[in-house]
Amino acid sequence: MNLIIFSGPPSSGKTSIILKVIASYNRRNIKVGVVKFDCLYTDDDAAYEKAGIPVKKGLSGALCPDHFFASNIEEVVSWGNQENLDLLITESAGLCNRCSPYLKDIKGVCVIDNLSGINTPKKIGPMLKSADFVVITKGDIVSQAEREVFASCVSSVNPRAITMHVNGLTGQGAYELGSLLYDEDQDIKSVQGMKLRFPMPAALCSYCLGETRIGEAYQMGNIKKMDLGADKK
Amino acid sequence: MTNWTLLQILEKYPFALAYFEQNKLDIAGYEDRTLEEYLDHFSELELEDQALDKEKILSDFPVYIEQMQSFLGVEEKNQVLSLTILAGHDKSGVTEGFEELTILTSQIISIVGPTGSGKSRLLADIEWAAQNDTPTGRSIHINGEVPDNKWRFSSNNRLVAQLSQNMNFVMDLTVQEFLNMHAVSRLVENPQSIINEIIKAANNLAGEKFDLTTPVTSLSGGQSRALMIADTAILSSSPIVLIDEIENAGIDRKKALELLVSSDKIVLMATHDPLLALIADKRIIIKNGGISKVIHTSDEEKELLVELEKMDSLIQHARQELRKGSHLSSEILA
Repeated sequence: MNLIIFSGPPSSGKTSIILKVIASYNRRNIKVGVVKFDCLYTDDDAAYEKAGIPVKKGLSGALCPDHFFASNIEEVVSWGNQENLDLLITESAGLCNRCSPYLKDIKGVCVIDNLSGINTPKKIGPMLKSADFVVITKGDIVSQAEREVFASCVSSVNPRAITMHVNGLTGQGAYELGSLLYDEDQDIKSVQGMKLRFPMPAALCSYCLGETRIGEAYQMGNIKKMDLGADKK
Repeated sequence: MTNWTLLQILEKYPFALAYFEQNKLDIAGYEDRTLEEYLDHFSELELEDQALDKEKILSDFPVYIEQMQSFLGVEEKNQVLSLTILAGHDKSGVTEGFEELTILTSQIISIVGPTGSGKSRLLADIEWAAQNDTPTGRSIHINGEVPDNKWRFSSNNRLVAQLSQNMNFVMDLTVQEFLNMHAVSRLVENPQSIINEIIKAANNLAGEKFDLTTPVTSLSGGQSRALMIADTAILSSSPIVLIDEIENAGIDRKKALELLVSSDKIVLMATHDPLLALIADKRIIIKNGGISKVIHTSDEEKELLVELEKMDSLIQHARQELRKGSHLSSEILA
């Protein structure tokens, strides 16, 4: 089975792109399944079901969604193998812009949109910088100049990635993306022992453990203070 | 390059500054160090805090420099002079109604066909430089040859620039700042002279004038379109421009096409407006996902175009009179 990890900021067009890519596999008889990771709510599974694609969803709820991803991916991969999929796609939203779910040796795709602003490539960390493919969406509604500037910002933070413009509505570019993603020779039986490309952000302070009170007296563990400069006496 | 100091790197490759900026690497004070030495000054905690991957930055940097250099070289060397489309088949597998179509720079080809008939697919085939590896089975040749793979994978060398009715400026910048940003990303040597050229060309197209201090988001529809077209004609690196209808308001469409053509672009234009469709030398008819016909604009059609343009200018004139507050009379028909 092939495994591809899709990631990207909320509402950047991940689901639309994945659906268009899967549609491009129709004629090739490739059986695709999707596992959608989200935080509090998603109805994207309905969109996949409607398209007749086997889908599972996982909501991280009170947990950090990327840690949730890392602790579930192994079971997700064995589900994909049980279903006899040729290709398993995982989709997860990067919520704090710091995490990245990509695994070494597994193709990682980052979806970002032109509308998110020119500084976005700077703001997104490993999720964009360590992706193998960067898919830029919503190019049909911004000017050519903005598209070019955005793409050049992307390639300066991740020059090795293949950067593509794909239109999630018309599907323009989705066939081409699909032809690069599926590898007939890849056969992932398990991801046990594989490594994340980049460590998740540190956590573990008293607020992770349910503390709600504000004040230094209640703060324990891994605490970082802002530098407020001259105002501090 | 690995033993060069940052200063030496910047002297040789001034554009490297963009790499440092985009990766949030503040090199001030470290100019006499190498990139590796500079990265070594970060503590483990800082690296983790800023999500920096030292090895990746080091290994990506030469890739970036190489890409930018080839991009600088490409503009002089690999000029696109012609685009050839070799026929494939439509959605039902029927062979397309032409064998091959070659379009030269400064030519305009119009594309007609209902929504969903396959215009996006045609565009995607061109953009991807298809080699019988897309659902239509079409092949694309550039300058009469199978094109280099760089058109597929380089983010800085796209074959196709697009202009459509739905496009808007989303950045909160003035026209000057906006054009400057674009010029800098294209590594233009003298941005200001290009910027002046663009604003002049844009004002030549727009019904109402605007200047460099206007925020791009407050431009009217016609002005935005004019600026986008002038910017694409003069500053975009893409040799092929695809236009999806130009609205007949606030912009001189004929001049807009002339501007693109005079910048040596290959222009493909999806339109159902006879005034535009007949300007083109040829038009592509799309049906059921395939090109069913390629029609040469006949002499009769060209003559008809002159008449249609007269009718159009009559209506435009009436519109302007209304705007001024005048009474309209049947005299305008004379």
